[in-house]
Amino acid sequence: MAAEGNAKPAKKLNLKENYALLTRGLGWEPSYEKKEDIFRNVDFEGVVIHDWDKWEDPFRLTMDAYWKYQGEKERKLYAIVDAFQQHNGQFNVTDARYVQALKVFINGITELEYDSHRGFNMLAREFPGVGPRIAAQMQSLDELRHATTQIHTISQYAKYFTGMNEFPYQFDRVWYLSIPKSFFEDAVTSGPFEFIVAISFAFEYVLTNLAFMPWMSGAAFNGDMATVSFGFSAQSDEARHMTLGIEVIKFLLEQDPANVPLVQKWIDKWFWRGYRLLSLLATMMDYMLPKRVMAWNEAWEIYYEQNGGALFADLARYGIKPPKRAPETIAEKGHVAHQMWSVFYANRDAVGFQMWLPSDEEMAWMSEKYPDTFDQYYRPRYEYWKAQEAAGTPFKNSTLPQLCQVCQWPCLFTESGDPTTLSLRESEYQGQTFHMCSDGCKDIFDDTPEKYVHAWLPVHQIYQGNCFLPGVDPTAPDFNPMVEALRYMGIKPGVDNGDFKGSADATNWEKWTSRPANIHEGAYTDAVRDTASTADVTARKAG
Amino acid sequence: MATTSTQPVFIALQANNDTLPIIDAIRQDNPNAIVHDYPAMVKIDCPGRLVIRRETVEEHLGRDFDLREIQINMISIAGNVDESDDEFVLEWKTH
Repeated sequence: MAAEGNAKPAKKLNLKENYALLTRGLGWEPSYEKKEDIFRNVDFEGVVIHDWDKWEDPFRLTMDAYWKYQGEKERKLYAIVDAFQQHNGQFNVTDARYVQALKVFINGITELEYDSHRGFNMLAREFPGVGPRIAAQMQSLDELRHATTQIHTISQYAKYFTGMNEFPYQFDRVWYLSIPKSFFEDAVTSGPFEFIVAISFAFEYVLTNLAFMPWMSGAAFNGDMATVSFGFSAQSDEARHMTLGIEVIKFLLEQDPANVPLVQKWIDKWFWRGYRLLSLLATMMDYMLPKRVMAWNEAWEIYYEQNGGALFADLARYGIKPPKRAPETIAEKGHVAHQMWSVFYANRDAVGFQMWLPSDEEMAWMSEKYPDTFDQYYRPRYEYWKAQEAAGTPFKNSTLPQLCQVCQWPCLFTESGDPTTLSLRESEYQGQTFHMCSDGCKDIFDDTPEKYVHAWLPVHQIYQGNCFLPGVDPTAPDFNPMVEALRYMGIKPGVDNGDFKGSADATNWEKWTSRPANIHEGAYTDAVRDTASTADVTARKAG
Repeated sequence: MATTSTQPVFIALQANNDTLPIIDAIRQDNPNAIVHDYPAMVKIDCPGRLVIRRETVEEHLGRDFDLREIQINMISIAGNVDESDDEFVLEWKTH
């Protein structure tokens, strides 16, 4: 044996060799269990896979590098979160209306990260290929990290503002939070291939850019250093997840031609479901950011029409077409944010955040951004409601809206090409009639009615009396069904809901910051310093 | 390998001091790249193909650079990815 000093150092492996050894090199063939007993869910969807080794992570990320870079991301993020908390960063955002958007985020989006963690855990267990299993395992850990960092970050806001302290409870009970909840539960109760096409491709690759890039950039523009930091820290993982999405699609399409129609069906379905879910971001971007980076229709043009167009041009070589209902999303882009805000405003007593009508400045911005739709269809509605508020007879819905059996949004959308007619669809199944908001949702219902007839629709359940806390007596003389349903949902009437003006959040904001709670309307209370006289005092002091 | 596609690929990076040399390297190696500045974020579009070369980043950075470090500051990408020790490539393969 040669002396140690004479031994040549081992050749450093390149990235591809290293990846091969630390993924496929870690796999093994089972000897005492049959493969089909180990991977029990991989066949029933009808997907044909000939060679799992053809799947490769283009980042060639191995577990050792993963921990190294994730550790660095965490250190960067928590340094910022610490600084934010120590310096009362929650008071440095544009105004207290911005905080209402964070309520939607923590209550409606953070739980999806946790659901995603669970979903990818299952994939990491169920896929026979080593490459995708490792990628799914990393993603599962990423998603848990996202949920954790969002909860840590927003907890600072929850110490000062209403409506953020009951998020896991509310996610399972609040009527409009069944929209995100049902989306993810639909995906996670599918087979492993439908789940990964739904989440990694249709949702993450095709759609999440347009939510998180302009939204998080908007958070930065409004001074929220905490949210933009967790947002971009999460997005740095998302870029990897998106790559998993496109690689999975290419892998399925290249493995067998029989997979093409299945993949197309899942793209059509999950593009539509994902679009409906993310339309929530349309109203958050256009109405809840006091300072705006871009409008929803501009984001849709950049991130779906241009970038999604390039993607589907690339996939055409496999015989894949753009999503069936993409034309509807383009037709709706000038309407969807306004229609949603209107429904939330009208139902503001039944939501867990506070609402306002857009200011004159904001309506001027919308007229400019939506020249074909805003002045004609939505400005008159807001001006009418403003007059109603001024007259002391503000408009409110006293009943809850009809929900779509598939996406669970209220049926609030209009017909493509006719924004004055509500879009309503129905299907019969086993002698019962089910209602949908659109052709996209009706396609999905009609393909698998036996799945969607089980949907737990909150409005139906409330009206059937299934959403009251124990001990509530509906026959009592002072029984108020609305108040009792809100209590069941974890929404405190008069605190978490209703009008922004006069709310605890708006009043406290002015008391604690001496700045207006709504930068466009001026001070609601006399806690706001008169900036003119402050300037005089400063000038006098300066001599 | 050259692509014939002119469909846009993109990479979006956090706007911070770590990414300035990377953005400079991208500009140098991709003359057709268009850099859009947004609050906290830079989005770089390029027709067909965009390459980040390790050597060019190292020239701008003044130290060794592992291309996987991009992961720390990357926000999003569009295009098929191919990563080796020397290049990180985004591209579309067809028109």
